[in-house]
Amino acid sequence: MAKDNRGNSKPSSPFSFLKKLRRYPATAIGFIIVFLFILIAIIGPSIAPYPYTEQKLSERLAPPSEEHIFGTDQYGRDIFSRILVGSRDVLLVAGSGTAMAVMLGLLLGLFSGYRGGLLDEIVMRLMDVILSIPPLLLAMVILFSLGPSRLNVIIVVGFLYIPMVARVVRSVVLDLKTRQFVEAARMRGEKSGYILFREIFPNVLPHLAVEASMRFSYAIFLVASLGFLGLGVQPPSPDWGLMVGEARTWFHQARWILLFPAGAIALLVVGVGFMSDGLRRMLLPGGVSDV
Amino acid sequence: MALYLLRRLGFIFLTLLLASIIIFSITQFLPGDVAQMVLGQFATEVAIENLREELGLNLPLHIQYLNWAAGFITGDWGDSLVSRMPVQPMVMQRLGNSAMLAGVAIMIYVPLGIALGVIAALKRDRYPDQAITAVSMAFVGLPEFVTGLLLIAIFAIGLGWLPANSSIDPGSNFVQAFPYLILPAITVSLTGLGYIARMTRSGTIDVLDTDYIRAAELKGLPAAQVLLRHVLRNALLPTVTVVAMGIGWLLGGLIVTETVFGYPGLGRLLVYGIQRRDLPLIQAGSMIVVAVYSLSNLAADIIYGLLNPRIRLGR
Repeated sequence: MAKDNRGNSKPSSPFSFLKKLRRYPATAIGFIIVFLFILIAIIGPSIAPYPYTEQKLSERLAPPSEEHIFGTDQYGRDIFSRILVGSRDVLLVAGSGTAMAVMLGLLLGLFSGYRGGLLDEIVMRLMDVILSIPPLLLAMVILFSLGPSRLNVIIVVGFLYIPMVARVVRSVVLDLKTRQFVEAARMRGEKSGYILFREIFPNVLPHLAVEASMRFSYAIFLVASLGFLGLGVQPPSPDWGLMVGEARTWFHQARWILLFPAGAIALLVVGVGFMSDGLRRMLLPGGVSDV
Repeated sequence: MALYLLRRLGFIFLTLLLASIIIFSITQFLPGDVAQMVLGQFATEVAIENLREELGLNLPLHIQYLNWAAGFITGDWGDSLVSRMPVQPMVMQRLGNSAMLAGVAIMIYVPLGIALGVIAALKRDRYPDQAITAVSMAFVGLPEFVTGLLLIAIFAIGLGWLPANSSIDPGSNFVQAFPYLILPAITVSLTGLGYIARMTRSGTIDVLDTDYIRAAELKGLPAAQVLLRHVLRNALLPTVTVVAMGIGWLLGGLIVTETVFGYPGLGRLLVYGIQRRDLPLIQAGSMIVVAVYSLSNLAADIIYGLLNPRIRLGR
């Protein structure tokens, strides 16, 4: 539940934040993993020992060694370098997709919830219809039409998760709308825009942060799955899901070409999951655990 | 109750109608020429024109949609562009295979997830709870292709206990298919397990905190009786909904899992259809998935209403 006076919905100091982290080791681990991956995404491409597309057919399927610490793939490309460069890809694609969904979902949820009435009814029924199609299926069908590319994967993620975000925002707005501080603002004669963005929005923020972090973990999952199916980001991009998909044929001969990208995905998704769960506990204490 | 059911069925019909319009629009008239898209950029003019004729692409869009929808309802789902065979028997056969896989998976993860969730709730915030919560959260987050390939590495390649490849004859019956179902079913289960366990845990904790449970304990009932008769009866109600809500996600999981193992289910067929640009197959297959999803949500609501007399259906 949101606090009923505004501006009082975030942990007050960095110290209380750290103290809370210590109580939940899994959350702390989650934050550390996510931080490390963001760091890798920023500096990774410049510290990668080889260009990620450089093929050395003489060294193909080489096991992990000093020159290639994660080994090489079926084209003799350095897997470690590809994973480093790929981390930027994953965070960028899943991250911008999530950002798009959160922005649009926020606006839709705010206006729809605040206005109410027929507009609200229509918007929400439309969201229900989108939600009635399983996300991976809808993503596959849309990418079939748009054609698989990095930009289109971002658009798909951004479109797909709008209903979930809009629903959460709307339910918070419906609750806040009847609170006294909003009533008071209305009595003062404030405009709707002011009430929405200065009174209601700050109280939606914690819910939005939790929702966004959850969507982000789903987005990584979705982008990786699409890459694996060969319907998302296309070769020779170092997308981790795509790497796993391509490596499948060589699995019996060279397990490392599969284990390292799969491990990277697993670590990142689990890290974001832990972080998201921790955010929920910190920002929405006592809140209902909606799915 | 009858009125409620009627209203729900009407709502499902409306949902399916809108979903079919969405699916049809996305696949049919988003980017330029469908025939060109299906045949690829090197197709000849004549081939494209023939396909346009065959798919009725020269008709106005709403007529195209109505033709397709009418065909779908009457069981004429068109012919596959790749195999030239009718789509319907193929989709229904694969749907049966997916149902087998989903059934085995549900038999594994629902009871196990409930058990883990209850244990975690009873040992709240202590070691078993933290372990179960952390592990289930990790499993929920792992994509099926990661867990699936890991299981193949361990149980198929490493130990040699189970087949790594489940690409069986699509017409196999359950007994023939069973050995090939185990690894894919466990793969799907690992994700579902964490999900059910988390939901059961929070549901059980809510019930444990109520006054009537305290009353039951204080009047000296044996712990086992309190747990079975009082806690679980109430705590498991939300789990019913959760299991059904999980179906949508399960369907997504099946798409990836079936591809990992090469299992001939509906998900594998859809991926195949998209790779081969087989338009009628994609449209019919997607509609079936959406229909299954909607019906399972309805089933969940009905079961929930039957189990919980506090909810008066129909209002």
